[in-house]
Amino acid sequence: MSLQNNPHTHRKPLTERRWLMLARPLIIVVALIATWQALVLITGAPKYMLPTPTDVCATLIARHDVLLDHAQYTIAETVIGLFAGAALGTLAAIPMALFSPVRFWLMPILLVSQAIPFFALAPLLVLWLGFGLASKIAMAALIIFFPVTVAFFDGLARTETGWLDLARTMGASRWRLLTHIRLPAALPAFASGFRVATAVAPIGAVIGEWVGSSHGLGYLMLHANARVQIDMVFACLLILCAFSITQYFIVDRVLRAALPWQPDSLKPVR
Amino acid sequence: MRDTEQAPQQAQNPTSFDIHLSGARVAFGGVDIFDDLDLTLRAGSFTCLLGPSGVGKSTLLRFLAGLVEGDVSGNITCSDGGILKNRIAYMAQQDLLLPWRTVRENVELGAVLRGERPDHARAEHLIAEVGLTDAAHLRPAKLSGGMKQRAALARTLMEDRPVVLMDEPFSALDPVNRLRLQELAARVLRGKTVLLVTHDPLEALRLGDHVHVLSGAPATLADAITPDGQSPRNITDPAILAQQAELLRQLGADISTGYGAEAVS
Repeated sequence: MSLQNNPHTHRKPLTERRWLMLARPLIIVVALIATWQALVLITGAPKYMLPTPTDVCATLIARHDVLLDHAQYTIAETVIGLFAGAALGTLAAIPMALFSPVRFWLMPILLVSQAIPFFALAPLLVLWLGFGLASKIAMAALIIFFPVTVAFFDGLARTETGWLDLARTMGASRWRLLTHIRLPAALPAFASGFRVATAVAPIGAVIGEWVGSSHGLGYLMLHANARVQIDMVFACLLILCAFSITQYFIVDRVLRAALPWQPDSLKPVR
Repeated sequence: MRDTEQAPQQAQNPTSFDIHLSGARVAFGGVDIFDDLDLTLRAGSFTCLLGPSGVGKSTLLRFLAGLVEGDVSGNITCSDGGILKNRIAYMAQQDLLLPWRTVRENVELGAVLRGERPDHARAEHLIAEVGLTDAAHLRPAKLSGGMKQRAALARTLMEDRPVVLMDEPFSALDPVNRLRLQELAARVLRGKTVLLVTHDPLEALRLGDHVHVLSGAPATLADAITPDGQSPRNITDPAILAQQAELLRQLGADISTGYGAEAVS
């Protein structure tokens, strides 16, 4: 008896594929910066409208102390908001999947909560929770609560019926059925929701900072914009971008490592 | 019916009670799948349930397993006065292995779900018996179809229940693997009361001490055919082939011109 092997036919050699994988993001970044530089040269846009990449780079270096100081607030708000929102989403999804009355009462509330534009909530959160971190964390947590809850609930509700039948014939208790079958089976769905959440969490934090704060990249952007320091605005944007991508990359890697059996962690079929 | 005295040494815990199903009725959406159905499973015997797709074979098996809910009635009694629930092991067409657990962890699933301490030595022994010792640490994604069904068989045996209900467990396998698994199942299930649902007459005759055909709507059970000798039987035996012809006839095939020449309905 032999173990199954995935055929590797019709594929480029591994080294070539790895080289392309590493080079691709670099090529994309260089191409974007070149296009940006060309756009400034062609349109002749003044520095206070559209600074060149070199201007922005100079600002990043010259003002790195200020930028990093504010970035740490935004990063803290995002990361804490992400975990708080995911925890709340998990806490809402499990009883919804287990008890149908909870589902019937909570689902409409969840849907209504999504009908409220979260931009409109930001001033209220600042009013209630103050100018500090709390209101921004709440904003980030609120934004990601829905995708996490819905994805996890969906995963919990769609447990393979064969597994449930098998567990019943084995005499499984409701609690052990949840912890040993339904929860692990729903983890890939939770991971999908958490990935979406990771991508949108910084938006919540920055919106919170726009509405009312004295720290953070959102605050710094508004501040610089009012003083026509557009190079500073761009520097903030670049840091936000780099942070979002790094955070997504780390979360994706951790989730893949934690769930090695989930289908999308296996080698892709090309 | 096979005498339990004849069962070789593999039968460590021969089942000692008959199961009587009487007046069984299951309806889905107001339509009877079967009504007033009676079936007896003799202690330690291997019974096969044959029938066309959709006739209700799996429903009957799931009814015995207590997995059918809704418009259901009927009596299941055991000759020792006990109840059947909690005395069955269930094996389905899909292997139903949990993808996040290794073969060994899947085999030990029942104990974990009941909050008991798994008997690791017994699990190792059963994994060896189905020939998966080298794969015990692997997750199902790394196994072939045949290996997965072997793991599922080991998990079923691990439950050590007197009654084993199997729903087309080998139908997704290639012919060679199917024969191997049938042989293995016949050996390791000896002495237990088994009900196997299949759509393959030869599989039923190879393994079953009693072969019933379920047909019609609402479905009714024909009298059992009882092939001679001990399973797994030789499928090239003329007597087995003659009984296969009879089963095909009961299933509605026109075999007057040599079976296979006419469409099997």
